[in-house]
Order: sequence, then C-alpha cells, then structure tokens
Amino acid sequence: MEIKPLLWRAVLLSMALLTALPILAVFGYVFVPAPEVWQHLRETVLSDYLLNTLWLVLGVGFGVLLLGLPAAWLNSMCQFPGQRFFEWALLLPLAMPAYIIAYTYTGMLDFSGPVQSLLRELTGWGYGDYYFPNVRSLGGAITMLSLVLFPYVYLLARAAFLEQSICVLEVSRTLGSNQWQSFFRVALPLARPAIITGLSLALMETLADFGTVQYFGVTTFTTGIFRTWFGLGDHAAASQLAALLMGFVFVLILLERWSRHKARYHHTSSKYSRLPRYPLRGSYAVAAVLVCALPLLLGFVIPVGQLLYWSVTTATNGLDADFIKLVWNSIMLASLAALFALLLALILGYGKRLSNDPLVNLTARIAAMGYAIPGTVIAIGVLIPFAWMDTQLNTISQQWRGSTIGLVLSGTLFTVLFAYNVRFLAVSLQTVEAGLGKIKPTLDNAGRSLGLSAFGVLHRLHLPLMKGTLLTAILLVFVDVLKELPATLILRPFNFNTLAVRAYELASDERLADAGLPSLMIVVAGIIPVILLSRSIGKSRAGEH
Amino acid sequence: MIKNISLALLTLLPLSLPSLALADGEVNVYSARKEQLIKPLFDKFTAQTGIAVNLVTGKDDALLERLRLEGDNTPADLLMTADAGRLYRAVEMGLTQPVESEVLTKAIPANLRDANNQWFGLTSRARPIFYVKGKVKPEELSTYEDLTDPKWKSRICIRSSDNIYNQSMLGSMMAVNGVEKAQAWADGLVKNFARPPEGGDRDQIKAAAAGQCDIAISNTYYYGQMLAGENAEDKAAAEKVAIFWPNQADRGTHINISGATVTKTAKNKDNAVKLMEFLVNDESQQWYAEANHEYPVKAGVAIGDMLQGWGEFKADSLNLSELGKHNAEAVKIMDKAGWK
Amino acid sequence: MSKLTLQNIHIRYSNNAVVHAVSLTVEDGQIGCLLGPSGCGKTTLLRAIAGFESVTQGSITLNGQLISDHNTHLPPEKRTIGMVFQDYALFPHLNIADNITFGIRKQSSQDKARRVAELLELVNLPGYAKRYPHELSGGQQQRIALARALAPRPRLLLLDEPFGSQDVELREMLAREVRDILKREGMTAILVTHDQHEAFAMADEIGVLQQGRLQQWDTGYNLYHKPANAFVAGFIGQGVLLPGIVLNHNTVATALGNVHGDVPESCQPECPVSVLIRPDDLRLVADSPHPATVISRGFRGAEYLYGLALNDGSQLLALTPSHQAHPIGASVCIELDLQHLVILPTLTSY
Repeated sequence: MEIKPLLWRAVLLSMALLTALPILAVFGYVFVPAPEVWQHLRETVLSDYLLNTLWLVLGVGFGVLLLGLPAAWLNSMCQFPGQRFFEWALLLPLAMPAYIIAYTYTGMLDFSGPVQSLLRELTGWGYGDYYFPNVRSLGGAITMLSLVLFPYVYLLARAAFLEQSICVLEVSRTLGSNQWQSFFRVALPLARPAIITGLSLALMETLADFGTVQYFGVTTFTTGIFRTWFGLGDHAAASQLAALLMGFVFVLILLERWSRHKARYHHTSSKYSRLPRYPLRGSYAVAAVLVCALPLLLGFVIPVGQLLYWSVTTATNGLDADFIKLVWNSIMLASLAALFALLLALILGYGKRLSNDPLVNLTARIAAMGYAIPGTVIAIGVLIPFAWMDTQLNTISQQWRGSTIGLVLSGTLFTVLFAYNVRFLAVSLQTVEAGLGKIKPTLDNAGRSLGLSAFGVLHRLHLPLMKGTLLTAILLVFVDVLKELPATLILRPFNFNTLAVRAYELASDERLADAGLPSLMIVVAGIIPVILLSRSIGKSRAGEH
Repeated sequence: MIKNISLALLTLLPLSLPSLALADGEVNVYSARKEQLIKPLFDKFTAQTGIAVNLVTGKDDALLERLRLEGDNTPADLLMTADAGRLYRAVEMGLTQPVESEVLTKAIPANLRDANNQWFGLTSRARPIFYVKGKVKPEELSTYEDLTDPKWKSRICIRSSDNIYNQSMLGSMMAVNGVEKAQAWADGLVKNFARPPEGGDRDQIKAAAAGQCDIAISNTYYYGQMLAGENAEDKAAAEKVAIFWPNQADRGTHINISGATVTKTAKNKDNAVKLMEFLVNDESQQWYAEANHEYPVKAGVAIGDMLQGWGEFKADSLNLSELGKHNAEAVKIMDKAGWK
Repeated sequence: MSKLTLQNIHIRYSNNAVVHAVSLTVEDGQIGCLLGPSGCGKTTLLRAIAGFESVTQGSITLNGQLISDHNTHLPPEKRTIGMVFQDYALFPHLNIADNITFGIRKQSSQDKARRVAELLELVNLPGYAKRYPHELSGGQQQRIALARALAPRPRLLLLDEPFGSQDVELREMLAREVRDILKREGMTAILVTHDQHEAFAMADEIGVLQQGRLQQWDTGYNLYHKPANAFVAGFIGQGVLLPGIVLNHNTVATALGNVHGDVPESCQPECPVSVLIRPDDLRLVADSPHPATVISRGFRGAEYLYGLALNDGSQLLALTPSHQAHPIGASVCIELDLQHLVILPTLTSY
C-alpha cells in the first residue's frame, strides 16, 4: 500500500502537466528576447492594447454584475409575475456565441442598418446630423460581451443565494436592516466567492475573446497577440504579450484572495429553514419583471429574432444533407469534449482533495488558466508538442519499419478534443471542486471507516451527492464547445466542419444573412442543455431534497 | 458513474479518429479560401478525373502555422491562400517546392506567379476606389497617393489594418515609393478617415452609400457580390457607388490574387499539380468570374456582363512576391500611423 | 419600560392553525419562556413577535405600541426586537467587532468601539474583537450572538433554542450565565425551548404550549407543583397519574389509600379523578400496607429512579437516595409523602 500515494501523485501530476503542456509550450518563447519588436510595440500600440483591455475587463465586469446580480437576487428571494419563467430563461444567453451576437447587432444598428436607415428616412437627417451610439466600438464590445456572459454571474450568484441560511438574513432584519440593506450587507458579501467565480469565468472569456473585438475593430491584448504572432511574425514577442495577459489574470486573482483576508464564507449555520419568497406588487413587480426581461430580451430574444429572419430569407441556401452532418459533428464533438473534461476534472479535483500536493495544485492551476487564453494560442500550443511527438514517432517508425506512418496525433479529432480540454478545463474543474468542497471531510472519514476505499468513497458517496454538480460541469463545457471557433478552425481534420466553422466562414466572407442558419442552429443546440442546467440548479438548494 | 463516463468515452472516441486513413492518390488541401468558394470546383475536378480532394479550410496564418509545425509529416499537398503575401511567406518558411508545368506557366502571367514557380495565382482581384455617385466626380480622383490630399478630410472609409488586403496594398506602395513615402501616405490617409476603421470591405461600401463617407476602398468581388446578391439593402447600397480605377497614368490599380503552392513534402504532388492545372482551365476561370466576381488570371477567358460593365483597367504589374516581402514592415508602418 | 402583551393571537398557514388564541404578558425586565414539544407552535409564535410571521387574528403590543394585528405588520427591522438564533447565525464574513456593531452602524465609531468593549466584557470575551466567527468555539459564538443582539439595546430580546446545539451538561450552566447577563442589562426577553431544565434555569415565567394552544403561563414552581392540566403535569417533570375516586371536597381514595388536597370544584363525590404522583412523592419504607415490585431501575448518581408495579397493575415512579439499592424483581413497600396534592378532573390521555 506504500506505493499507492506515489502512484496517485504521479498520475495526477502527469495529467495536470499534460493539460498544462500547450500553455507551457507557447510560453517556451517567453525567454527569447525580442527587444526590437517590443520597442515598436511600446512606441505604437501597446498602450492601446493595455487601455482597451483594461476598459473591456472593467466594463464587462461591471456589465455582468449589473445584469446578473439583481436578476439572481430577485429570482431567489421574490415572487413576481413570470418569475418561474425567468428563473431558467435568464440562462439562455449562454447559448449565444459572442461573435454571433456581435454580427446580429451590427446588422441591425450599423449606420447602414435598418434601424438607423429608418431613423434617417423618418427624420430626413443625414450623416452627422444626429448622435447614434456606434455598435462597433469599445462600448459595443463591452455591451455584447456583457449580454452573453452575465448568465455566469446569474447562475453562480443565484445558487449561492439559494444556499444561504435564512437565519443570517433574519438576524440582519432584527438588527435594523430592511430587506434591501440586508441584501447589500449580508447576502451579497456572503455570496462573494460564488460571484467572484462567476465574474472570473466571464472575465476570462472576455480576455480570450477574439471574434467580437476584432469584428468591432477594438485592439486588445488578444488581437495584439495575433497581430504580433502573424502580422509581425514574431513568436517571442507574441508569447510575451500572452504572458503579460496571464500575469494580469494572476494579479487579479491574488488581489481578490488578499482582500478576503481572514474572512470565511462557508456558513457557520447548518440550519436551513423554508425559504420564504416575498411577493412583489405594483410598481415593484413591474420593476422586477423589467430587470429580468431586459437582459433576456437584449441578450437572447432580439438576436435570435434577427437570426431567424436571416435564416428564413436564406433558408434555401443552407438547408441540405450537409447541414445535418454539421449539426451532428457539432453535437458529437461537444458531448465528447464535455465528458472528457469532466473525467479529467474529477480525477484532478479528487486527487487534490486527497493529496493536497502543492505541485499538483500549481500544475492544475496553470492547466486551468487555458480559459483566459485565446483559442488560437491554445491551438498552436497543442500543435507544438503534438507535432513534435509525431515527428519522433515517425523517426522511430523509419528506423524500425523503414517507412513513415504520417501524422498520428495532429490533424485528428483527438487533437481538437484535447485542445477543448485545455481551453475549458477551468470550467469543469471549478464546478467539480466547488461540489467537492460542499461535502464535509467527515463524510469521507465515515465512508472510509465503513470499509470503503478512496475510490469507493468517490464512487458511493461523492458522485451520488454531486449529481447536480457533475451535470452542471458537463453542460457548461458542452455549450462552450458548441460555441468554440478558433481552435476548431485550426486543428480540425480534413473534410470536417462544425456549425461554428460554417457560421464563421460565411460571416467572414461578409455574408451575414447566410450565416444566420448555422448560427441559429448553434443557439438551438445550446438551449436544451441550458434548460437542463437551470433545472439541476433549481434542485440543488442545500438542506432540501 | 465513472464507469459510465469512461464507457461512453471509449465507445465514442473511435468516432474522433476517422481522418487517419487518407488514401494515397487523393489531394489534400489546406485552404484559406472559404469552402463555398472552392468546393464546387473540387467536386467538378473529382467528377472529371476520379481524384478525390480532401479539404481543411482556415485562416491563412493559422494554416501556415499548422503546416510549419507538422513539418515533413504534414498530409497537406496543396496550400491555397486568398493573398499573395502569405504564399510568399510559405516560400520563405521553406514549406513549398517548385512545380514545372507548362500549362500553368502558359496560363498565368509572370507577375502573378513566383519567379521560381513556387506558387501560382489562380484568380485576381483589384482593390480600387469606390465613390458615391453625385457626391464625388470621377475627375476629382486620380491616384491612391492623392487620397492623402486635405480635400478628402473625413471622407474616406477603409477597414482595419489587421486585414491582409490593406497590408498588401501598402506593401505594393512600399515596393514602388519606398518606406518613407509609404509612411507619409499612411499618416495622411489616416488623417482623412471619416471614422476609425471597422467592419469588412462590404461595410465600407455600405457606409459610403449611407452617407458616412464619400469614398470607400474595397476589393472588387465584394462589390460584385453586393450587386448580384439576394440582399436588397446590400444591392441598393452598391448601386449608389461606382468604381474608379486609380493610378491609370502610372503603375496601375493595385491587384492581389488567390493562389496555391505545392507543399515541400507533398505525397501526391502529381495530382496536386493536376488540380492546379484544372483550376486555370477556361471553364474553372469562368466559374470564378461568374460565381465570385473575380478576374481570371488567364487571358481570353470570357467574363460576365457585370465585370465587363466595370470597364477595362490597367492593373499594377508589380510582381506579387513584393507584397510578402514588405508585409511585416507594412504592419509596423500602419501601427505608427495609428491605423487601427 | 418594555412590556410585551399578546392578545388572543391566532396564526394560520393556509387554513392550518399553527397558533391558537394565545394571550400572555411579559413584564418589563422579566424573562419569559415558551416551552413545548417540537411542532407545538412556539417558534412560530416567537417569529410572529419578531415580525417574520404575520398574525391572522389578535394583537401584539410592545410598550403599548401595536406591532402586529390582522392588518398591521411592523417589519422586523422597525421593531427594535433583538433575536438570537439556535445556530447563532454569526456573519462569517465579518469579524467579531463588525458582527456586534452590525445593528448600530449609524453611531459614531467611538460609541461603537465603547459598546463593543462593554459587550465583550459583559459576555466575558474581552480581546476577541478582531477574531472571525470560525475561530471561536460554539459556546463563544453563542455569547457573541447574544452580544450582537444586545448591541442596539433592543426593547425585547428573543432567543430561539439558544442552547440547542450545546452539550446537555453545559446547557443549564449557559442558561444561568445568559440569565445573569440579561438581568444585569435589565433586558426583557422571551426564550423558546423544548428543554424544561433550560426553561427553569433561565425564565421567570414559562408558558407551556401544545398544538398551538397555551396550556399554562406561570412560574416554574407552579408548573411543576400546580399544573393546570394533565398535559402540563406530564410534560413538566416526571410523574404518574394514579386513578382515584372523590370522597369529599378534600379527600380522594386511591390504591395507595386516601389522599388529601383541594379537589377541583367541578368534581362531585363519586367522580373519577387522577392524582399526580411525582417520583419524589414516594418513599420506599421497611413496612407499609402498600407492597410493590421493582420493574426498572435507573442510576442517577445520588439517586435511583425506580419503576414500580402495584398489585393491581398500575405503575409508579419513585426517586430514592442511591444507598437504598433494590434489585429488579424485589418486593418493596411504599408510602406516600405528599407536599402538594394535584388532583385533575378526568383521566385524559396525553
């Protein structure tokens, strides 16, 4: 039995390391000096990258909190018309890829789009006669990203609110705070870890976003990395930019940790009483409905309406047997990736719980950073080690059999799946870790004392207890993969397309209307898991079964 | 539960490995041209010759990177791009090999292919000036260089400098006028922007038609697609502008190509060359002209009414390898000029 | 002056009466207690006083101010009624000082600091201001929860099973400690519990609730010795109801002979009644006309609690000093030593 922990450690470490490999591979260039390019960047665009990225992160951070938090609170604590509908419908924007919502709003609100054209027609104004916010701007990018990313905050904040002991809120009332004050002084601070998690998911997606900012002509770190890697052809400077981006993420995480200080957020209370929702009436009810309806309308209903309109006008072009294959490819890939990521997250998460090995922790942290790294960078990071391994395999094969065997790893769907895993491990790992964290260690001890092995504890206790959590992890990754574009585009094998690839090809050929149908299909395929997700969370209120 | 997940993965995983078996004799293509612009011709080729074509599309830079990293083991036989600069870069990176084909050298003018036959242009497109009818008289326009004149202040729409078409256009100017003049031109052009660059080529034409600017720079086939397209709004926008062919008195209007190169370690080189030759035959060249409103590279191929209606023009005869040579420097110039 | 009056309180959840016609008064500076088995409505009543439940009928007044009736409902935060919850519900994100000052944030920081020091002194935890709740033991958390509730100087303090999560041995001690603190502060308070020892240790007056009805509102001594009905008699302390027949206005005949005491006026001679026999009302003697058999024996340290069966089958409990040891099955003789005779009208089951 002595060897087992060692074996565990080796398995964990190699898994974490393998996942971190692509990120490390890209950062392999970090130490190559590139003074000339850096001087150029400093003199010209670097400050733009920095400022735009900063504003984007601040703006989206503010936006997702503004859209997600009030809705989460209303949906956990109040009763108002349509509340049961909004409860799950507010997750729908998750199914909408950011680059697609950007296409739709540009189509509608652009200077030459129908809204402004109609305005000019009605008023007789011309260019420059009136003010109209420009969609293709930093503000536009912030709005688009906030509209599709706020569900992360909504999702996690609502789960946290539902789990809070009602007692702490009642204490606050007896100490003279009304419902709203209690929300700000108790519920919000207590939900902080969950809100931060949701916020960090949203912000990591924001940092990794390329499609939206590029389409809107906003130069950020991400577009800068591309421009430097490809346009200037300087890999060292590009990966240094990427490293800077990671540093940025790291500092944010550290700041948050530090600001928590000694305060804990797990509940000192174990008693959960019936959660009384207080009914809202009159203008309060109207306000509540507006708070929930607006994000849903802007983040889902309107863009889907536009996609529908485009799909109907161009349906004859896109709908054929080929299209069904696209749908199948997308769903198959997303399901596989979701299972794959869950398995890895379970092993890593459980391993961390058991061994608490600092080395494993660190590697898992690095591996989970993939979420903030643009898909293209990940894809190249995957190609570097995979192509190297393929070369080695071929050299060996040449020596043994006298012939080469071609590419074994690169250019297969396995590579694509692996890249998804690197990109989205953070999502499944965070979910699984949160789920495991809720299970008291005494339960592990009880299981072990009743004769279960470590695996038995996982199998017989944790997994049944975490059903909802696991489903959440699967569904989140599924939806993310469905929307993923850059890594798929670079790594996919011959004659293999997905809905996202098709939508991109048409949209980048500036055929927005033709892109409507595949885009709509991505959203439709994402809706079902999103609804399931909402159900599994509704059931997860602690203390109720 | 773990068992179930593992089982599901085991059964599904084989689905993810269908691409291993690429049969010999087929042509494997990495293409930066969109599938819808290339697949119909591949299908015709397969029908005629029985040679199957396998396709991966993607962004040119990313495909180049994939090709580079896969090295000698790459399954790709042919790399197709939508721009000459990237073909030049592929040659520079040592990823290509020369092709001796009389069919290709005969059909394609010398400036539209590599001097050492490393790459070949298959279609060409021009990047002229579009002006709003009624707002700008064609007599006011003359050359690209003239667009820096203060009279165009706040009147020009052009897309971002991230775009390869702009990088190549500036590259052509650097080849002729030198770096300093190119920088001055970029600086002057940025001063005349009607708004910060945004959107694609079509969006520039639409913005001009809607009154945001008087002059737009766009590739010709986008204009053609708008005129021919099903979208009534696009069509109406395109009809409000007209083409002006700049620099007719000197070097000619800037053009670019879409082209192809055979990879260094192509396992199906013969068939790849056959495919390229197929793409420059009269029928294919005509299809390009009609389906995508591009200009044939081959002389004497019939073009549709629309392209004819745009009129004859003198195209820049610069060897397009020059575009690639100047690319990185062009990006820096645009950065310095503040061209977003 | 803080006087709480409940007048004919009814609380109903969708046709299901949880509290029925409860009236009581807690005088200024007194500690009241609602005692009863779980599900009796005591917590609901407490939450109605706090303002978390609304009343269907009746009124609650505090210092003459109407705070709840069928169409008045002062929200909890406007009542200046403090509350301590069973699980303390300390705010885990705030340190002890911030927990305590939560309800007095509008005061100046000097005042707040002074109050924190004062209260920490009061609950005997000086120097804990900067700690976080998770760094404290259960008993310490409980005292902090009390300090937090006292900080705004509420007109009334409610304690919901405040010692419920403590060890049984500790409860009485803690209850006395809390009582001392409350008395020192001159606090009017109501405690909810199911544990009578806790109630006795802490409260001045106790109300026994059963199925939403207040059975009796009295001192602990009277609840034990003068229970108003069979339920109270059975719920408070141990005891057995021995059947008897009324002979006259102060005599009842039982299997243990005639006993004397106040017979309720409703009972005529010949009427069957029950006589409450507490374990300490019985003595085991060397010889008496009433033999019994030992059927169970519980060791209590200083005492034994014997279960005894009489010849007619009726059973009794007897508490004796532990040096009088009798094995199970032994025959003993018993003698009544009644201080207060409790005679209840009918043989009701409880």
